[in-house]
Amino acid sequence: MLSALLVFTLLALVLGLLLGYAGQAFKVEGDPLADKIDALLPQTQCGQCSYPGCRPYAEAIARGEADINQCPPGGEATIKALADLLGVEAKPLSAEHGVEKPKSVAWIDEQVCIGCTLCIQACPVDAILGAPKLMHTVIVDECTGCELCVAPCPVDCIYMLPLVPALEQWRWPSPEERLEIAETGRVGETL
Amino acid sequence: MTERILHRFPGGFHPEQHKSESNATPIRMAGMPAQLVIPLKQHIGATAEVMVKVGERVLRNQRLAKADGYVSAPLHTPTSGVVTAIEERAVPHPSGLYAPCIVLSPDGLDEAMQAFEPWADFGSVSPLLLRERVRDAGVVGLGGAVFPSAVKLAGTPGTPIHTVLLNGAECEPYITCDDRLMRERADEVLRGGQILLHVLGAQTCLVGVEDNKPEAIAALRAALMALGDARFEIVPIPTLYPSGAEKQLIYILTGEKISRERRVTERGFLGHNVATAAAIYRAVVLGEPVTRRVVTLTGSGVQAPGNWDVPLGMLASDLIAQAGGYQPDVARLVFGGPMGGFALATDEVPVTKAANCLLALAAKDAPVEPLPMPCIRCGKCAEGCPVELQPQQMLWDARAGDFERAEKQDSLFECIECGICSAVCPSHIPLVQYFRYAKTEIWQREREHEKSSLARERFEFRNTRIERDKQEREAMLAQKRAQLAAQKVSESPASGVSAGGVSVSGAAPDDKQRAIAEAMARAKARKEAAQAEKQAAPSQDEGTSA
Repeated sequence: MLSALLVFTLLALVLGLLLGYAGQAFKVEGDPLADKIDALLPQTQCGQCSYPGCRPYAEAIARGEADINQCPPGGEATIKALADLLGVEAKPLSAEHGVEKPKSVAWIDEQVCIGCTLCIQACPVDAILGAPKLMHTVIVDECTGCELCVAPCPVDCIYMLPLVPALEQWRWPSPEERLEIAETGRVGETL
Repeated sequence: MTERILHRFPGGFHPEQHKSESNATPIRMAGMPAQLVIPLKQHIGATAEVMVKVGERVLRNQRLAKADGYVSAPLHTPTSGVVTAIEERAVPHPSGLYAPCIVLSPDGLDEAMQAFEPWADFGSVSPLLLRERVRDAGVVGLGGAVFPSAVKLAGTPGTPIHTVLLNGAECEPYITCDDRLMRERADEVLRGGQILLHVLGAQTCLVGVEDNKPEAIAALRAALMALGDARFEIVPIPTLYPSGAEKQLIYILTGEKISRERRVTERGFLGHNVATAAAIYRAVVLGEPVTRRVVTLTGSGVQAPGNWDVPLGMLASDLIAQAGGYQPDVARLVFGGPMGGFALATDEVPVTKAANCLLALAAKDAPVEPLPMPCIRCGKCAEGCPVELQPQQMLWDARAGDFERAEKQDSLFECIECGICSAVCPSHIPLVQYFRYAKTEIWQREREHEKSSLARERFEFRNTRIERDKQEREAMLAQKRAQLAAQKVSESPASGVSAGGVSVSGAAPDDKQRAIAEAMARAKARKEAAQAEKQAAPSQDEGTSA
């Protein structure tokens, strides 16, 4: 009886020490779950989720403070990916955070621009070039379409233009989409 | 010579041939149309860079656009004329999207320039120069893949090519442009093969031709007899779709099974279409760039099927009009063959280097696709697949949107999109459509992922920059505060330093005071001037805009 108690106490002590050591030795810096979530987010940094950027939103999801359906630019695809990652049920996009829109980029009407630099300060990814009192322009390849530059513009010369897919970026519609196209009478199907 | 033992690749099937409609008549020269539309991208790789201006007169063989990068190809004029526009036009692409094109108005004079020096004795020219010529002449794979030929000729370092394959299989139904080319220009094809052997330092050249083209085989053999080159072998292969796919052809001819994820050049093979070989011959020996190609115009929807030697940039509508027009019940125009091609939304698209066939189908041959039924797991698609994939599993994953599984476990990118799975499916499931969709979707996601990674990087960089600026500013302020405090201690308490004053340590207090006062006065004056200007400017603007 006593020996059994002794053995188990000793065992518990040894294992506890081992676990405690492992916890210190193999400690993971940062939050791996937040990293994984961040990788799935579209990185528009638009703040529509009510967090200041994609990373803070990812961290909030990881802490269980935010829901997975608060990212309008990511839309349904992102919600589905997040649901898969977190093992929860996918749900429709929360209406209070916005609606899913076609991908677009900012465009500055350079004739109207007064060079106030407000949009440059608003851009979260440094995709606007310009200097005080000089024309500004958007680097299309780096613009995420977050729309954060639109509101600060004092002369309303920034427009969001839909991104026109070039031939290289075109993708085949899925056969299910194609059935819809056939029903609406648009051509372009293959044999 | 011993008989070559041929091998049968797994799967494959026998579609209806439909070759006889178009292969009975010789290749006809298409007349020059009133307008040529030359897309800047007729090849795999980067779009060519325009070298002419609107309004410029160009001569035949003149370069219109140069290759932009290593994997790219230049473009040349098929006739003399004036550049009337450089703009977006409809191009032959499944999307029906527009792409930048050079529009040319031929002047009917057909004045030519010698683009390159003809090298009749190509054996004395170095392989490097020959490869450059192939590149400068804009030669791309004319079988339909349009990969720049010079890039293929550069090969993989460390793996010499021992065998060149000339692909004359032409396994797709309806298409006969290579058949007619081999019959009529067999000598050009074989000489092109000789150039390839010379460039690559290869020992053998196998010409694979499906045995449904006996005339082409006979013509090639006659030309080979005349040439007397022992390195060549003309090999008739059994007719079985898709014998013209590169790895399948290599397997048929040599029994070498090239595993997935490996290129054929790594095993010492290099394949070229017979039409590409002929184009290489013309580029080297005659000094001519690629400005024309043979196109099969066929199907039950046209009056007179046949093969045409067409200037690149001629609109399909013009070509069809020259060939006698459509049948009244034409329903569909397909670019390429019935298995690998795609339907065009309009016939106002130009013939490009990829255009091996224009297939117009009458209503009876182009039925509305029957609605797909559920997969019954019969396995017919897997039996027919020449790459030994499991199409039904790939379909399952593509449908479910599980692209990662489709790519990693099902080897989606091994699919050569031959279309057999769709053709044999008893449930009419458009399997190959799902695979094309899944492939482009995966590429799309990769692009998006790259873009979002870039955005994240830039966002994080911006945040660290802002943080750094803030810290530097704070450090500076702290330093100044410390200085100020030190100064206060050293000075007499009665001197009365203003709160905003900045002191320079080491200077006399009186001088400092004066300097500060002067600086403040200057700043004030400047500020006032700016204010006045600013007030004046908007009123001026309003005045001009009103």
